Amino acid sequence: MEENVIYTRELTKRFGTFTAVDRISFNVRRGEIFGFLGANGAGKTTAMRMLCGLSVPTAGEGRVAGFDIATEAEEVKKHIGYMSQRFSLYEDLKIWENLRLFGGIYGMKDKEIARKTDEMLTDLGFESVRDTFVRALPLGWKQKLAFSVSIFHEPRVVFLDEPTGGVDPVTRRQFWELIYRAADRGITVFVTTHYMDEAEYCDRVSIMVDGRIEALDTPERLRARFQAATMDEVFQQLARKAVRKSD
Amino acid sequence: MKQFLSFVRKEFRQIFRDRRTLLILLIMPLMLVLLLGYAIKTELNDARVAVFDPSKDTETRRVIERIQASEYFTVVRELDSPDEIGEVFKSGDIGLVVVFSERFASDMPSGEASIQLIADGTDPNQASLLTSYAQGVLSSYQAELLEQSRVPTRIDVVTRMLYNPQGESAYNFVPGVMGVVLMLICAMMTSVSIVREKETGTMEILLASPMRPIHIILSKMTPYFTLSVTNVVTILLLAVFVMGVPIRGSLLWLAVVSAVFIVVALSLGLLISTLVDSQMAALLASGVGLMMPTLVFSGLIFPLESMPAALRWIADLIPARWYISAMRKIMIQGVDASCFAVELCVLLAMAAVLVAVAWKKFKIRLG
Repeated sequence: MEENVIYTRELTKRFGTFTAVDRISFNVRRGEIFGFLGANGAGKTTAMRMLCGLSVPTAGEGRVAGFDIATEAEEVKKHIGYMSQRFSLYEDLKIWENLRLFGGIYGMKDKEIARKTDEMLTDLGFESVRDTFVRALPLGWKQKLAFSVSIFHEPRVVFLDEPTGGVDPVTRRQFWELIYRAADRGITVFVTTHYMDEAEYCDRVSIMVDGRIEALDTPERLRARFQAATMDEVFQQLARKAVRKSD
Repeated sequence: MKQFLSFVRKEFRQIFRDRRTLLILLIMPLMLVLLLGYAIKTELNDARVAVFDPSKDTETRRVIERIQASEYFTVVRELDSPDEIGEVFKSGDIGLVVVFSERFASDMPSGEASIQLIADGTDPNQASLLTSYAQGVLSSYQAELLEQSRVPTRIDVVTRMLYNPQGESAYNFVPGVMGVVLMLICAMMTSVSIVREKETGTMEILLASPMRPIHIILSKMTPYFTLSVTNVVTILLLAVFVMGVPIRGSLLWLAVVSAVFIVVALSLGLLISTLVDSQMAALLASGVGLMMPTLVFSGLIFPLESMPAALRWIADLIPARWYISAMRKIMIQGVDASCFAVELCVLLAMAAVLVAVAWKKFKIRLG
């Protein structure tokens, strides 16, 4: 039954009189790549913050990795990975030091950290830069590394908040290779993005407008339903309905 | 616990990696002590002296000649009336006025002859130096008189400091430096280091991790607490063994009061970090909002006693003012706990309020 790694029912977040997230309900299955789309200000980040245990829901229910996001936030945090839109590793630490730090924060054993570090650096082809300061890496490398760090502790779900901002299409493609590999290992990927070509890479996509989920399906079926050639057209049709101004 | 240690290790690594900042943090306090210490002149050369001699007899002549003959003093003026004394100091080039009693020579055998040394207390260090040198000159003269034992003589030397009658010790700067340095390291560095995590986005990652916010804060504070303690110890060692500053009171109380003050400063840093979003703003807020008032109101530069009442009330809000005052009492006056109980209580109250407010603010940001 634990097929649904993320489960929400009528999840709502209000700030005063403003309803940022308005009764959203959806499930994400294990190993799925779930695209979470929406214009700026549609409520994506707020929803994601609730799922990560960073923000307490005003109403409704949500479970991530089997734990209640309102009452078991600490347990939720242990079983998820998180990569924010701003690149977020320590620039003044070496690559292996970043890995050891995050391994330690997630309570991994030293031996395990050492083994995983070797494995991951080989996997990325980063062995030669093990002792390099993160600040010396190109942005694309940094983002790959940040993603690898976010799944370093083998979480059940990884939340990616616009992970590929500001990099070229080739690097984005490589980044998505990493995402596919993680999903193949059974890690559920929950990703927000601005790039509609990336939406095509997802197993299923939800589109948020004004705090509500307006559409949720596979990219093919969404395109068929909205009689659109690309996800971009689908998105435009839905986003046009928005009443809220984007920030 | 492992989380906490991993994070503390990372904090230390980042601090040690930032060589320039580290160097400033470790060397600056020592430089301050040395500079302030040696800026206080310990040598006197040809200090300018004015004399008021209503008696004008052979004995006063001899004393004046004696002062003139010493390498330390040059008599540049004879005053006609005691009213001129204030004006002489205001003109600024004279540091000491020697005043003889009337009928000096005839009063000498009875011991009623007296010499008053008046110095400008606005610079207490210089003033106490001048008077003690002058006293030295006078007492060696008296010793000679006694040896020749022409007459049983006694000259009464009275010292008076104008404008700073207590003649506060020249060592007062050591507690002041400690207050300023602790404020700088704890408040400024803590706020900058927390805000940096916000700025780079790593704070988001940390908050989304199983690491508890209290651990994040504690592990941020641990290295700066360690650095502060190191600084207190080095400043004290330097003060005692190089500058010869006494520590008369209890080391235990010194440690207790310092620890309370460090907690106050750390929570000020935490509070600032919750109020601003960029490192620049944190630097400005702690620099202008904390360091400036600390420097001005600590009594390090301007004596608090000579401030207008309104400014003294403001000074009462500055934690460093209480810390420095307590430290002066412990180190220099060597009094026991009852004498600095007020300072300690104020600091404890400040610590309690600041920790509560800072923690609440930090929690609000998380929600």
